[in-house]
Amino acid sequence: MNVVFLGATKGIGRSLARRMAQRGDRLFLFGRDADDLERTTADLNVRAVSGTTVAYTVCDLEQPDGFPEAFDRAASHLGRIDAVVVTAGLFATQDVLERDRMLTQRLLTVDFVNTILFCEEARTRLLGAGGGTLCVFSSVAGERGRTSVVLYGAAKAGLTRYLEGLDHRYYTRGLRVVCVKPGFVRTGMTAGLPEPPFAADPDDVARQVLRGIDLASPVVYAPPVWILVMALVRALPRYVMRRSQF
Amino acid sequence: MPLSGWGRMPVVAGDEIRSEDLRRITEDVPLTRGLGRAYGDAALPAAPDTRVAGSRLADRILAFDRETGTLHAEAGLALSQVCDVFLPRGFFVPVTPGTRDVTLGGMVAADVHGKNHHRDGCFGEHVESITLRVADGRIVPCSRTDEPELFKATIGGMGLTGHILDVRVRLIKVPSPWVVQETVPIGGIDEFVDTLRASSATWPMTAGWIDCLSTHTLGRGILYRGRWAEATEARAGHPRTPRAATVPMMAPRGVLRPATIGLFNKAYYARASRTAGTRVIDPYEFFYPLDRLRQWNLLYGPSGFIQYQCVMPTDENGSVVRRFLQLAIRRRDVFLCVIKDCGAEGLGTLSFPKAGISLALDMPFHDGTQPHVDEMNEFVAAAGGRIYLAKDALTRPQHYRAMDSRIDRFLCIRRSWDPDGRIRSALSVRLFGW
Repeated sequence: MNVVFLGATKGIGRSLARRMAQRGDRLFLFGRDADDLERTTADLNVRAVSGTTVAYTVCDLEQPDGFPEAFDRAASHLGRIDAVVVTAGLFATQDVLERDRMLTQRLLTVDFVNTILFCEEARTRLLGAGGGTLCVFSSVAGERGRTSVVLYGAAKAGLTRYLEGLDHRYYTRGLRVVCVKPGFVRTGMTAGLPEPPFAADPDDVARQVLRGIDLASPVVYAPPVWILVMALVRALPRYVMRRSQF
Repeated sequence: MPLSGWGRMPVVAGDEIRSEDLRRITEDVPLTRGLGRAYGDAALPAAPDTRVAGSRLADRILAFDRETGTLHAEAGLALSQVCDVFLPRGFFVPVTPGTRDVTLGGMVAADVHGKNHHRDGCFGEHVESITLRVADGRIVPCSRTDEPELFKATIGGMGLTGHILDVRVRLIKVPSPWVVQETVPIGGIDEFVDTLRASSATWPMTAGWIDCLSTHTLGRGILYRGRWAEATEARAGHPRTPRAATVPMMAPRGVLRPATIGLFNKAYYARASRTAGTRVIDPYEFFYPLDRLRQWNLLYGPSGFIQYQCVMPTDENGSVVRRFLQLAIRRRDVFLCVIKDCGAEGLGTLSFPKAGISLALDMPFHDGTQPHVDEMNEFVAAAGGRIYLAKDALTRPQHYRAMDSRIDRFLCIRRSWDPDGRIRSALSVRLFGW
C-alpha cells in the first residue's frame, strides 16, 4: 500500500507509521519540521522491511496553500497513492484555550478548517485515481459537549461530521473514509494530564487503527472500550454533564 | 504526580514531562528519567515538586549500519524495541540487564552489566558516542576521542553529567536467535562461587539464583550457564516475544512473606533440579524471566522493597561471600537473590562492577531495612567491595565514600561541566550533597 502520512513524527502517528513500514507499506511523510521529518524517516527506514524507502516533504497544516504541491511531490515519489492518513492536529486544555484567544483561533483553524481543506485535496487525488482510503484522526472529545474539552471537542465534532458526510457521499465511488476516535492515549500530546481509566499505549491504538484501515471501518474507537464509554456519556442527562469534570 | 523507582521506595512528589522532543524538554530541568527501572532514587528529583524530563517518547532509531552493527538512536529507545527490531536480523545488544524495560539512555547512565560481564564487560564498553545536553544548555557530542573525560564520566554516571540525548552503540551479530542454556543445581555457597568461576572460563554467560530462605544449606541454588546457539543447533523459526501477564494492582501488605516465598523457592529448586541439563531456549526466557510478569514490583505492597546489590573481590579471602550472605539473610527476608561473577573494572569513571562476586538481594522495605543496609555496607566497604547505584536507595554518604575512591575524580569532572550543580537527583544529593 502506498501511503501519504501527515503526522508520523509523533504520538500514535509514529507508532502507526512504524507498523506500516514494518509490514512493507511505502510511506511518504508530510510534516512541518524538516529536521523532525528527517529523524522519523531514518527511524522508519531502519525498521522497514528491506528495499522500501520512506521519503518526506515539508507540508504544514497551518499553510493550506502548500497542500497541492506536497501532494504532487508525494505522487511523483509514490506513483499511485492508495491511502492518506492524517494524525496531525493541535491540542490544548480548555483552561489554556480560554485564556488565549490567539491559540483558540489557531487550534480551531488547524483542527477543523485546515484539516478539512487537506482532506479535500486528498479526496480529489484519491477519487481521481479511482478511489482509496482516507484515514483521519478525530477524537472521542467530539462525541458530547464536555466541560473539559469544549473548544477542542467542537473542532473534532465538526471534523467527525465532515468525515461522515464524505463517507456517505463518496463511498460508492470508491472512497473509504476511516474516522478514528482515540480515547486517552499516553503520548506527548497528553503528557502531564491526569490519566483517566482505560488509558492506552500508542502502539496498541496503532494496531487497532491499522486493522480499521485494512477493513475500511468507517469509525474506529481505540481502544474499543470507548464505544461503551461514549455510549454511556452520550446518554447522560444534561444536569449530570453540567456538574461533570471530564 | 508521585514519582518512584522500581522499588517504589522512596516516593517523591514531582512532575515528569514527556515529549517526543527530548531536546526541548531537557532545556531547563535538573534530570532526565527513562523507564523508571532504577530501584531507588537515582531517577528521582532532588527536591519535591520539581519537573524532570521523561525520555521514553524519544525513541527513534537514527541509523543502523548492517556491516558494523552500529546503532544510533535517541536515548528513550527501549531495549525491548531493540530486541524486536534487531534480533530477527541477527543482531543483539552486546550487554543486557535482566529486564527489557529500560532505555538506551538508562543503560548508559547505569552502565548496565549482564550475564556476560566476565567476558564482555559493561554496556559502556560497547558505546561509541553519546550526545549530551550539559548543565549550561549546550549540546555536546562525546566519545573516546571527543571530550573523553565527559564520555567516561557519563558512562555509569547516573545521569549526573547531563541529559543523554542520543547514543551510538555497537550491536553484536548472533549466530542464531536462540540460546543454549545449561542448568546446574548447586548445593551451597562455596560450591556456587567455585562453580561460577570455573564456568567463566568456558561459558560466555553465567549467573545464578540462590534460595535465601532455604533452611537446608546456605547458598543452595541454581546456576545458569549459556551461550548463543549456533545455527545448526538452533530451534526452527524465530522466537516469539512472550506474552506477559500484568499484576493489576498494588498487593496488600504481606502477600510476599517468608513462608510463601520459601515454598515457591523449594518448588523452583526442585523443578530446576529435575530439569537440569542443556536446553535450547529463547533469549527472552534466558535474559528476562521476570519480564513475564509486568509490574511485579506491586507484589511487595504499599511499603515497597529494595534491591541491595554489591560486588566484593574474592581473590584473597574466599569465604567473604559466605560471611556476607550469612549477614544478609539473617532477617529471613531476602526473597530473591542473584549471584554473578564480575570481570575487571571498565571504562566508566563511576561504573559499578569490579572483579569479584556480585550479589543482588531483593527484600521488602520496613523499619529494620535501613540498619540492615548500614550493616551490609560496612561489611562490603571493609571487604573492598562496592554497591550498585542503580539499585540503591538507602546508602549513607560515608559508607559510599568508604567503598569508592573514584568519587572525587567523578565529582571533579561533574563540577567542571556543571559548576552551579544544576543537574542533580535525589541520589546525588543524598550521596554527594549536590
